Parts: sequence; C-alpha cells; structure tokens
Amino acid sequence: MDLNFTPEEEAFRREVRAFLAAKVPARLSNLVRSGKRPAKADMVEWHAILNAQGWLGNHWPKEHGGPGWTAIEKFIFENECALYGTPRVVPFGVNMLAPVLIKYGNEAQKRHWLPRILDGSDWWCQGYSEPGAGSDLASVKTTAVREGEHYVVNGQKTWTTLGQHANMIFCLVRTSKEGSKQAGISFLLVDMASPGVEVRPIITLDGEHEVNEVFFTDVRVPAENLVGEENKGWTYAKYLLTYERTNIAGVGFSVALLERLRRTAATQRRNGRPLAQDPLFAARLARAEIDLENMKTTNLRVLAAVAGGGVPGAESSMLKIRGTELRQELSSLMRRAMGPYAQPYIEAALHEGYGEAPVGPADAAGAAALYFNNRKLSIFGGSNEIQKNIISKMILGL
Amino acid sequence: MNFEHTEERRMLAETLDRFVAEQYGFATRDHIAQSTRGFSTELWQRFAELGALGALFGEAEGGFGGDGFDIAVVFESLGRGLVVEPFLGALVVGSAIARAGDTAHKPLLDAVIDGRTVAALAHDEPGSHYELANVATTARRSGEGWRLDGAKAVVLQGEQAGLYLVSARTAGEQADEAGLSLFLVPRDTAGLALRGYPRVDGGRAAELTFDNVVLGAEALLGSEGEGFALLEHAVGRGLLALCAESLGAMDAARQATLEYLRTRKQFGVPIGSFQALQHRMAQLLLEIEQARSAVINAAAALDDADRTTRERALSAAKFTIGRVGTLVAEESIQMHGGIGMTWELPLAHYAKRLVMIDHQLGDEDHHLARYIALGAQAA
Repeated sequence: MDLNFTPEEEAFRREVRAFLAAKVPARLSNLVRSGKRPAKADMVEWHAILNAQGWLGNHWPKEHGGPGWTAIEKFIFENECALYGTPRVVPFGVNMLAPVLIKYGNEAQKRHWLPRILDGSDWWCQGYSEPGAGSDLASVKTTAVREGEHYVVNGQKTWTTLGQHANMIFCLVRTSKEGSKQAGISFLLVDMASPGVEVRPIITLDGEHEVNEVFFTDVRVPAENLVGEENKGWTYAKYLLTYERTNIAGVGFSVALLERLRRTAATQRRNGRPLAQDPLFAARLARAEIDLENMKTTNLRVLAAVAGGGVPGAESSMLKIRGTELRQELSSLMRRAMGPYAQPYIEAALHEGYGEAPVGPADAAGAAALYFNNRKLSIFGGSNEIQKNIISKMILGL
Repeated sequence: MNFEHTEERRMLAETLDRFVAEQYGFATRDHIAQSTRGFSTELWQRFAELGALGALFGEAEGGFGGDGFDIAVVFESLGRGLVVEPFLGALVVGSAIARAGDTAHKPLLDAVIDGRTVAALAHDEPGSHYELANVATTARRSGEGWRLDGAKAVVLQGEQAGLYLVSARTAGEQADEAGLSLFLVPRDTAGLALRGYPRVDGGRAAELTFDNVVLGAEALLGSEGEGFALLEHAVGRGLLALCAESLGAMDAARQATLEYLRTRKQFGVPIGSFQALQHRMAQLLLEIEQARSAVINAAAALDDADRTTRERALSAAKFTIGRVGTLVAEESIQMHGGIGMTWELPLAHYAKRLVMIDHQLGDEDHHLARYIALGAQAA
C-alpha cells in the first residue's frame, strides 16, 4: 500500500505543469479561474493548443495518434488542467465519437473523421436524448429509413450540448421496430448543414445557452455515414457511455472549486470575522473538504484496479454519484458564501471583456448561476438514480 | 501508487480472518461479550500467539509491524468478528511506552506485546467529553515519587487490566496541553478503586478513582508536564485502530444486509427487488467505500512527520467513520425490518458496535471541530 505517485508519475505531472505554464495564455486561464463562461473561440483555441502538443486525443490508442498515457496519467492531466484553469475539452468528438469510430468504424470513416476531430475541422455534438428518451435512452423514436444510398431521418433530439457551435452530430436513430427496443437502433453521423436540420436553443435556468433542441425533417444522410452495422447501434452507444470514465468524478473540478471557495471564505466576512472562522460555515466547508480527500483516494483506487486488469464497470457509477454530489455541494457553498450578492444576475459580467466594476465581490457574478447550472450534474450522463440502479444490479446483484 | 497490501499483511489478515471465523462465531462472541469477565483470556492468548499483538508494534519495540497499514489490517479483522478482547488498550498503552523509550519500562512493553499484561488507557474523565487536554486528575510530587488524585471514566476492560496508562495534571489549568503527564499504574496499587459494568455493545468497562495513590518515581512515562504529545501520538494510533475496526464491522453489516435483501421475501418477491431498498443499499455501498478511503488516508498519514497532516487525516477518518458507521448501523437495521431489532440477529450487535465506536476517542462532531481547528492553526 503506497499512496504516493511513482517518480515517473511525478515527472509526468511536472511535464504537464510546464506545458500549461508555457502554452496556456494568461487570458484563457484568468477567464476560467474567475468563473466566466468560455466562448466558442476559447474552446477552439484550447483544442488547438492541446493538438499541437499531441495531447488532444489523449484517450486514443497510440496507433491512432494518442500519447499512450496510463489511466493514472490521464487522471493527473485532467486534474492539473482543472487546477490551472483551462477550458474543458469539448468531449463529443474527441472523447466520445472517436473511440466508437476507432473500435467500430470502417477504414474510410477512421481516415476521414479522426484527423478532422483533432485539427478542429469538425465540431461534433451528441444526438442521444430525445423528449421521450432521457434516462430510458433506448426509447429513441427518431427514425432513419433507408432509401437507396441514403437514410432519411425524421425526429427530434434534445439537450444537445453546444450544438449551436457544431457542424456534425452523431445520432442514435431507429432503423427497425422489430424485437426489443434496443435491437432496432443504429448509429448515424449527420451533417448539420443538411437541409431539414434545425437547431433551436434551450435556455437553462441559469440563463445560459448551453443546450439545444435539434429537429430533423426528411434529412438525407449518405448511407456511408452509418457506423458499424445497422441495428447494432445500442452496442456502440453503450460502449461510448462507458469508454472514458477516468474523470467521471470530476475531482479536478472539485479541487479547483474548493480553492476558489477557500479564497472567498477568507475574504467574505460574517459577524465581524472571515467566513472561514464562522463555525457553521467552517463545518460545511470541512465536511466537503474531507469528502473530497476521501473521493480522491476512492477515484485512485478504482483507477489502480483498472490498471491492474480490472474492468471499470459499475465502480464508475459510484464515482459519478459521489463526484457530482460533491461538486454540487461545493457550488452550493460558493453561492452561500456570497451572501446577498448571490442575487444580482448581470449576464454580461459572466463573459470576457465586461468593462464595468463588479457588483459585490469579484467572484459573486457567476456563483448562483454555477450552482443552478450544476444541478445538471446529477441528471446527465445517466441520472444518479440510474447509477444506483446500475450499482444495485452490477455490484450488489439485487 | 499501489493499493495492494504486502504479502505479509495479506497473510496476517487471512490468518486472523480465518481464526475469527472459526473460533469467534456469533454464539461464542455473545457468550464472551456478556461474561462477567468481559473477554476471554484463552482467546486473548491465542490471538497473541497468532501475532495479532506483535503486528501492532515495530521491530525495535519487540513486534514485527507497527505501520499504519499493519494496525489497520489487524483491526479490520477484529471488527469483522466484533472481537471484545483488549486490543485497543494494548495498542495505545504499548505505543506510549514504546514512544517514551525508557529502557526501564521495556519489560512492561514486552508483557503488553506478548499479551501477558492486559493494559488499559485511563484518560477520559467524567467531565472531559473527548477533549484530549481536559484533565482534572492531579499528580503531585511526593518524596521521590508521586501522589495521584482524581477519577477516570469508561476505562475499557478496566477490571481485568493489570496496567493503566493514566493521564494527570502536574501543572497548568484543567484544559492546558502543557502540564499534562502520563503515569503507568499497576492494578494492585493502594488507593485505586474500581467500579466495573457491562458495555451496551459487549465487553466491559470501569470507572476508576484515585484517592491519594502513591507512586514511585519510575511511574512517570516520558517527561513531566510534556505528556500531551505522547498521549496524542498514542491516541492517534487508537483512532486509526477504531476506524479500521469500524470498517471491518461495516463490511460485515453490509454483507449481512445484502444477503437479507436477496433472501427475505415479501409480496412474493425478494425485498431486494424493490427500488426503494436497492437505492438505500447502493448509497450505503458508496458511503462505505468513502470510509475505506478515509481509513487508507489515515493509515498512510499515521507516521507523517508533519503534525497537521497526520492529525488532520486521523480526524478526517474518525469523522467519516463516525458518520458512515452510524448510517450503516441505522440503515442495516431498517432494511432488516423487525428482525433487525432482535438480540438473536448478529447484525444488531454490529450495529451497536458501529454506533459505539463513535463514542470512543471523540465522535463525529468532535473530530470535525478538531479538523477545522488544526487547519486554522496551520494557516
């Protein structure tokens, strides 16, 4: 039993830190550290920086251009990025679609799409959820009917994150109504510029335009855009959902948020003393901090088990539940820490280049919005209740 | 990064687990735990022969372990079996003697490590409520030696102990860290009175009073007035031990509850098919894994040179264990329904032990406050 990182892992951490210090513009990290919302250009810039280093597709196998990192190294990388304050990697192309293409795509698809993911030619979004298929994902109703060399797609996707920036969408579509509902699903790549595709924004409760509805009306998709076999899409969909889970607990996000929270608690005052010395607030903060320390070790235990040949199965459900609960708690504390200044909502202050003085503490502008936005954490990616069903079935055998 | 135990530790754990499973079944345990003696001298000796005591101490001290993970492995096994024998006293008292490093006390340490002498920590007082420095018992110089007056509360297996480690104030105010001293007091000392009683979770404890107890100069352990650091070090090992014991008991309670959910039928189906219970059970699993991580963190930090790092990890673990242990106890009983309320069900005794561990060496609230205070001191 040894909780220390190996000298190689420590060297890797130093390498990552040196890279971040050298290559991430201060403008970008300041934006993220101050809790502002990155714009499309910021995310594109970050992808380009990572790609130039060969680290964008860091989950990809070496033969497809991945750096060959271990699970622990990926964990270190993700945490260092969060701590430094980088925008997040937009996962849909690089971490979701790419592994599916690598495992199930044909040679032509791999040759065409993979380089375009890395160099930013394509911005992918995810066409999974539908109004009637949330946690019950296999209930998708969007249809794709084969007509000669095309599929004709009709239906609606929803919760399409950053779909407003995307030029491509990968979709679960129904190609058969025979057999079980899982049996008739196919995995199709759709050009968003095709006639009949319409994107409408969904404004979330925090006032942000992050997610969208995507409508398909008689959209003609070349048959060559089918991934794998027709009606086998559910297998690929599940693979995509379980493929990359080293960061599902979001430990790095929590560490970064806790740091911000500590700074806030040291400067905000209540009853004539810093909030950090207020017994009730200090207790809430300490509970979250202890939970995070435990979480780090739990996460590393799971990764070590994977490295030792174990399968990251239902354990990632445990990490997802506790990790998201913790992030929600921390953003709740951030909101509380701002006191009355959690109330003002000046949208422009959440973006770079806001010229006016902040209302209240500098960090206050986004505190309540982040709290409300983070309610999504326990809902998306399989709600925490679905995760408990998985644990119950896969680990507990109930 | 490596979360595997060494071969030696795995073997020790297997040996202890097997011994507990074969020799310390529930009926035996219940008999021992309710006995007038409070534990089994025979099993205590056999545990010692298996190395369960030696593993708690380093080679220089006369053992063959002494690392945080050695302590954790042993106490996890003990927790799985709800063992009531006086391991905690041996660990804490032995660690204090070893740490003080006085060769004159070496024979006492040897006797503790081989199990000949049952040792008990006599530190808590009727009014101290977990505060480590809150000691009203006094020791005054008397000739070459000392005179001890005061009272000690809930001394584990106090009636059978042959040796007590007693904290007493030689200077300072009642809650001062400075001015605390530690004394080794043999069982048959004149002026030492005992009132023994059973514990709610099995085994026994005692209230001790010291009325004009005269001790020789050799009774002082460590330096006069500087006993706090020694006490904190020894109690730290006790904290880790209790956390690991709790983890072992949690695993047993989890297994029993899971088994019950699979087999107990209501409405014609196993109750484990009900989502309300599945989610409670899944939640319990998550919490137990977080508790396991807390124990690992504490074991890894046990001998950290930095006091803040070490003591914060210990308090974080005891806080987590207190919270999760209580949750596991309450949820396990609830999921068992009526049968969970009965004495005949082993689970009920695990539940009692899990909750009572929160009453030893500081509870959830105490350690959360301590964790915060240690952080504030360091800032």
